[in-house]
This record gives sequence, structure tokens and C-alpha cells, in this order.
Amino acid sequence: MATAEKSVVLPAVTAKNASAGLPIQLAGKLFKRSIAILLLAAVWEVVPRTGAVEVAFLPPLSEVLQAWWNLLVSGELWNHFEASIIRSLSGFGIALVIAIPLGLLIGWYRGLSELLTPVLELFRNTAALALLPVFTLILGIGETSKITLIVFACSWPILLNTISGVKNVDPLLIKSAKSMGLNSFKLFTKVILPASVPTIFTGVRLAGAGSILVLIAAEMVGAKAGLGYLINYAQFNFQTPEMYAGILTISLIGLLFNHGLVALERKFTAWKPNHNES
Amino acid sequence: MAKISFQHVSKTFKVRSTSGKKDGGEFTALRDIHLDVQQGEFLTIVGPSGCGKSTLLDLLAGLTKPSTGQILIDGRPIAGPALDRGIVFQQYALFPWKTARGNIEFGLEAKGIRGKEKTQRAREFLALVGLSGFEDRYPHELSGGMKQRVAIARSLAYDPDILLMDEPFAALDAQTRETLQSELLRIWEQTKKTIVFITHGIDEAVYLGQRVAVMTSRPGRIKAVIDIPLLGRAQEEDLRSDPEFGRIRHEIWTLLRDEVQRAQAYEIQDSSASSDANSDTKEVM
Ligand SMILES: Nc1ncnc2c1ncn2[C@@H]1O[C@H](COP(=O)(O)OP(=O)(O)O)[C@@H](O)[C@H]1O
Ligand SMILES: [Mg+2]
Repeated sequence: MATAEKSVVLPAVTAKNASAGLPIQLAGKLFKRSIAILLLAAVWEVVPRTGAVEVAFLPPLSEVLQAWWNLLVSGELWNHFEASIIRSLSGFGIALVIAIPLGLLIGWYRGLSELLTPVLELFRNTAALALLPVFTLILGIGETSKITLIVFACSWPILLNTISGVKNVDPLLIKSAKSMGLNSFKLFTKVILPASVPTIFTGVRLAGAGSILVLIAAEMVGAKAGLGYLINYAQFNFQTPEMYAGILTISLIGLLFNHGLVALERKFTAWKPNHNES
Repeated sequence: MAKISFQHVSKTFKVRSTSGKKDGGEFTALRDIHLDVQQGEFLTIVGPSGCGKSTLLDLLAGLTKPSTGQILIDGRPIAGPALDRGIVFQQYALFPWKTARGNIEFGLEAKGIRGKEKTQRAREFLALVGLSGFEDRYPHELSGGMKQRVAIARSLAYDPDILLMDEPFAALDAQTRETLQSELLRIWEQTKKTIVFITHGIDEAVYLGQRVAVMTSRPGRIKAVIDIPLLGRAQEEDLRSDPEFGRIRHEIWTLLRDEVQRAQAYEIQDSSASSDANSDTKEVM
């Protein structure tokens, strides 16, 4: 078998055996966290076999996993995964680079924010997917239009959260810093910026989730590769197990992406009393 | 020459027309404040809620400018905020993303103190307020009293001549408040700072101040300045049970009674923030 050729090293729940005092407690926690998932898996496996659901619509989990494995071994899954991840990461990254500085600027200069608020309100309420045909029309069917769409979708939560983060810094902290004679630049870098980091991160996390959502939709409409394409293609060709394999992979990516962002958020906001996970 | 000199200072705010009530008028928060504070003096200012105490302190901090009159420090008009004055706020105003040490170093960096001296000073002032060993705690990991200690240390560390305190102990429980009051007196005697301390508690004003300035309800004016002839207050076991303390306390209470009633009437009239007025009355009476 050519397993070594393009092996995706999936982080197979490498037991986070932190040096916790009581291993029993840890096991209990792990059990509590995975019980619902295991139950769901069991139901998924059993119900199609009882005939309660058409197997053509919902094959048992084992068949889906088998299909997933086959896709993995053939290298096909990796191709789609790669296409998708490159699109979403570039879109997400470009959005970060554009939206954070812009948000800081708009939040800081009140005049600018008053000027732009109506436009921002309009755009934030425009569903990104509604613009897909527009982007396709202007930018063609290739990568540019897809990445642009992701940039667009990711930018709003980041931009709006950055603006509100900057605007809603505790006025007392600003007063306190001003009383120490800080000039505007120092005030911005030493108080406004660190104080708005948590709010900015909320936007970044929302954007992370949004990037995948929009990506898949874009790939379903017009693409030659990508997980969205895989799902759509498999459904079209009655390869139901492959379709579910694609869906599972996307869930996994979403999960990993969010975990990564939460970890990053923790690192940057270690001073916060508690972290509201999601 | 007086350290601080208020010369006929008034402060008015422009009022935005709220539902056609008072459209575009002016609101006088402070009227004709005329007052000197001597070098090294501990002055307390007491007055009902909303009488302009915080406004007065903002002016002194240089965060806002008087509408008329002027405020001199060492004979020179205030140009703006500067590190010759330190402020301590009721709500601590600590930077939540910085540790106790980080907060103190923030002020030192503002003054341009770097490196080893910065570290040393931060340590020294944490010790002064009794917080050695808490250097690396974030504000949310400290009690209210400890937070206020950090805030006091932060203001003292950059070595201002004047310490401005805006109801710094009002949010603390009675026990913590008394502890911090006596520690503040100790620090004052140790550092020889000029302190302007705002409160709405009569006991606190009399216990801490060498003089107590009593303010009227709005527009805020200085109604009277009372000398407190109690010496060696920091050493005194229970100053509060001293008959002289009681006499002065009653004198100020009488001065304030009408003002508090008037302030309350205003608050009801404005039908805004009613819970505030009640708690203030209890404190002052
Ligand atoms: N920036 C401002 N604009 C308009 N009114 C203000 C402003 N700051 C304070 N005031 C008003 O001035 C009065 C005095 O306020 P303040 O100094 O905070 O009172 P205190 O600290 O004695 O409770 C209040 O009635 C308040 O509403
Ligand atoms: Mg006040």
C-alpha cells in the first residue's frame, strides 16, 4: 500500500495527558466530553441498519468511514483538502490584514466612523453569499472570485468588532492614562490597542467560522477541486458515503480551526478572568 | 506661596437639549471656587453627590479647563495633565492586561524611567502599600482593597508632588476602608505629599484631613473650610471616639444637611439615578 505517499497526519486525539493529579478524574472528564459523540456515532451506525432510514440517504457510519479511508489512501481527499484550506486561509489572512488596521482607524477617528457607519451597516447586512454571482461575474470562476468572497465574508466580523473594541475601551482607563501625560500615539498603542484585543478576537473567531461556511458554498457553485466540490460531486453521482466523508472532513477542519483560534485567543488574553468558549 | 491655588474658578458644561427640557443651555457645575492648599497639606473635600467634586479634581488634574478663573500650581497656571500630579480613582482604573507590577511600571515608563531603576521602584512601592509577593497578580486576581493599594502605589511611584484622590475608598467594605485610611496617613507622613482627597463621608473627611472643605450642592461652591485641630492622628488609637472629633463631625453634618436635602430634591426632580441619592444621604448623615 502506498500509505506513505501522501499521508495526512491527522491529530488522532493525542490524549492530552496533562500532569493532572487524579487520572480517574481525567478519565471521567474525557468520558463526559465524548459520551454524546459516541452515542451519536452509535445511532448513526445502527439506525440505517434497522431500515428506519434509507441506506441510500444515510449509510451506516462504518461505510462512511470506509469511504473516507479510501479517499485518504488514494490521495484524492488530500487534493480537495489542500485546495480548500489554501482558499480559506488566504481569504482569512487577507481579511485580517485589511480589516484590523482599518477597524482601528475607523474606531479611533470619530469623524471617520460617523461618515462610514451607514455604509458599514448596509454591507454587514448583505449576505456574502448573495454577492457570489457578482464576484463570479466580475472576477471569473477561478480562485480570485472565491478568495475575494472569503475576504469579504471574513472582513465584516473582524472590522465591526475591531471598531467596537476601540470605541468601547473603558473611558476611565483612558482618563487614567491621560492623567499620566500620555500623548495620543502612546495612548493608542499602550491602552486602546491592548484593551480592544479581546473584542477583536471575538471577531476573528467569528470570521474563522464564516470563512469555512462561505468557502464550501463557493466551491459547490463552481470549482474543480475542494471539499465543497467533493460533496456536491459525490451527491450528484449517488456516492453517498463519499459525500458524508466530505462533510465529516469539513466538520473536522472547522473544529480544528476554531480550536486553534481559541488557543491563540487564550495566549493573547491570558489576563482575562475567564474565557467564554464557543 | 500656596502649592495649589484656585482663583475664582467656575466650570460650566454645555447641555444638550434632552426632549426639549432645557435646550442648548449651560449647566454650572462649579461656581467661584476660591481656595488655597499648602505644600504638604492633607485637604479633604466633602459634599453631596453631584455637587461637582469630580469636576473639581478633573480641573486640578488638567483633564479639563476652567470656564472662568484659573488654577495655579506653584504659582503657574495648569497647562494640562502631567506627572507632577497623580490621581487615584474610586474604580481603581488599573489596566486589566497588566499585572500589579506592570501597572506600576506603566506610570514609571510614562515618566521615562527604564531598566533596573524601573524594576526597583516598582518593587519598592509595592512594598510601601504592603503588597510584596503580589507582583505578578492581575487586577482580577486581587481584592478591591488590594487593587486600590496598587493604584495608590502606581500614583506614588512616579513621585508626583500632589496626590489627587476621588472617593478612593468608597467602594470598599468598612474594615478595609479603615485600614487603608490609616495606611494612607502613614504614607502621607512618610512621603510628605500634598493630598487633595474627595469623599462624601463626613467621618472619613474629618479623620483624614487637616482641613475639610465643605461644598454646597449644585452649583458646587465652597461653603466652609473647617480646621481639624487633631494632632498625631496616625498614632491615635481610636480617634473617632474623641469628643472633639464628634463635635467637628456634628458641625460638618449641620453644614451639609441642607445641601444633601437640596441635592436630593434635584435628583428626584431629574428623576434620574435615584438609588444613588439614597446611599449618599446615609453616608453623609
Ligand atoms: N462632561 C460633562 N458634561 C455635562 N455635565 C457634566 C459633565 N461632567 C459632569 N457633569 C455634571 O456636573 C455635575 C457634577 O458632577 P461631578 O463632578 O461628577 O459630581 P460629584 O463627583 O460631586 O458627584 C453633575 O450634575 C454632572 O451631571
Ligand atoms: Mg464623583
